[in-house]
Amino acid sequence: MISIDIEKKLKAYSGQQWLKINREFATGSITQIYGPSGAGKTTLLKIIAGLVQPEKGTINVDDILWLDTASNISLSPQKRMTGFVFQNYALFPNMTVRQHLEYATNDTQWINRLLTIGKLETLSTHKPDHLSGGQQQRLAILRALAIKPKILLMDEPFSALDPKMKTALIEELKLLFAELKLTVLIVSHNPMELEGLCDGEMVIGTEG
Amino acid sequence: MELSPIWLTLKLASITTLILLAICLPLAWWLSKGRSIFKIILEAMITMPLVLPPSVLGFYLLLAFSPQHGIGKWLHDTFDIQFVFSFPGLVLASVIYSLPFMIGPIKSALQQLPASLAQASYTLGKTERQTFIRVLLPNIRPSLFTAIVLTFAHTLGEFGVVLMIGGNIPNVTRVASIAVYDSVENMDYATANTYSLILFCITFVMVMGVFIFNKAHAKSPLE
Repeated sequence: MISIDIEKKLKAYSGQQWLKINREFATGSITQIYGPSGAGKTTLLKIIAGLVQPEKGTINVDDILWLDTASNISLSPQKRMTGFVFQNYALFPNMTVRQHLEYATNDTQWINRLLTIGKLETLSTHKPDHLSGGQQQRLAILRALAIKPKILLMDEPFSALDPKMKTALIEELKLLFAELKLTVLIVSHNPMELEGLCDGEMVIGTEG
Repeated sequence: MELSPIWLTLKLASITTLILLAICLPLAWWLSKGRSIFKIILEAMITMPLVLPPSVLGFYLLLAFSPQHGIGKWLHDTFDIQFVFSFPGLVLASVIYSLPFMIGPIKSALQQLPASLAQASYTLGKTERQTFIRVLLPNIRPSLFTAIVLTFAHTLGEFGVVLMIGGNIPNVTRVASIAVYDSVENMDYATANTYSLILFCITFVMVMGVFIFNKAHAKSPLE
């Protein structure tokens, strides 16, 4: 169970806005997050991952306190080890596909399985600049899964995939999410995009 | 014609470059992360050798490390170390003088990398140090190479600072640029020309090397 109660000041053209979230996510749930641009969807994921600090709040994961601003507790991103799929993929230009996964884990069998799921076996020696947008996005997803996280945070993870590839990948990921008992939060602009994958949704708005 | 000024210059440039590389990698990384008033002051101090007349910098170094005053006196009395008119003094002056040439390209390259690269590495459980060595450094190679070559080439051409703190002692502090000046003073234009030509060729080859290397990396994978 993930329990989040946070408040974060957001900078916007229209002035100051507040991102206020008070919500629980059951273990193993897959939640789609949507809302208007600038509402703080990406910021929420980064707060959970420990990459951004909120002004106020707590995050509790399976009875472990990850964040409590009142007590100055904040686990580092390294300790939280959330799988994170960045909107811009954040792939390492100096590493090949396989090296990305080897950087995350030493488990060769797991790496090979991920490469098969992402249909990147034949491209394992390629660097990101020799991959298409869709292939880069798949690699970003595989890298996040390589550490076998408890929580997977995905920011627009399927935007560059063609419909056929997306459907096939989502089917594979559903099985994988269940196997790893992953709690997944997926930010997506398109509520229809993730049909059949998510079992819950969350709309983020802001308060001025 | 003696070749010792050329060898001394190459030795000085190599040692200076190595020392600056060791100092500037962590320093540039720290400076590239966020801003504070302390960092701004430090950056201004680091940039000063770019705009200050070398003789001014040399003069202050001479004052600071003179065995009769302050730090220089303390170093001399306590450790029997003398920086003025010695090779270590040249190295110290060169390190300070060439600092902005090493730190500038490295810092801007690190700042231009997307923040998400380091963040992605952190979420994979990697420390800041692992991230710096495995992710950030390999992706700023062209800038790192530029910084190394610029620092080396700039140290080859130092004159004012080394003259002020090192003087003109053959085999100790008489580097090539001073040997050129000395030869011209003695109206020995042939020797001055030889030293100048050697310096010109070394510097030209190095700068060409930077252009060729950076052209090969012209298409950044980050673009």
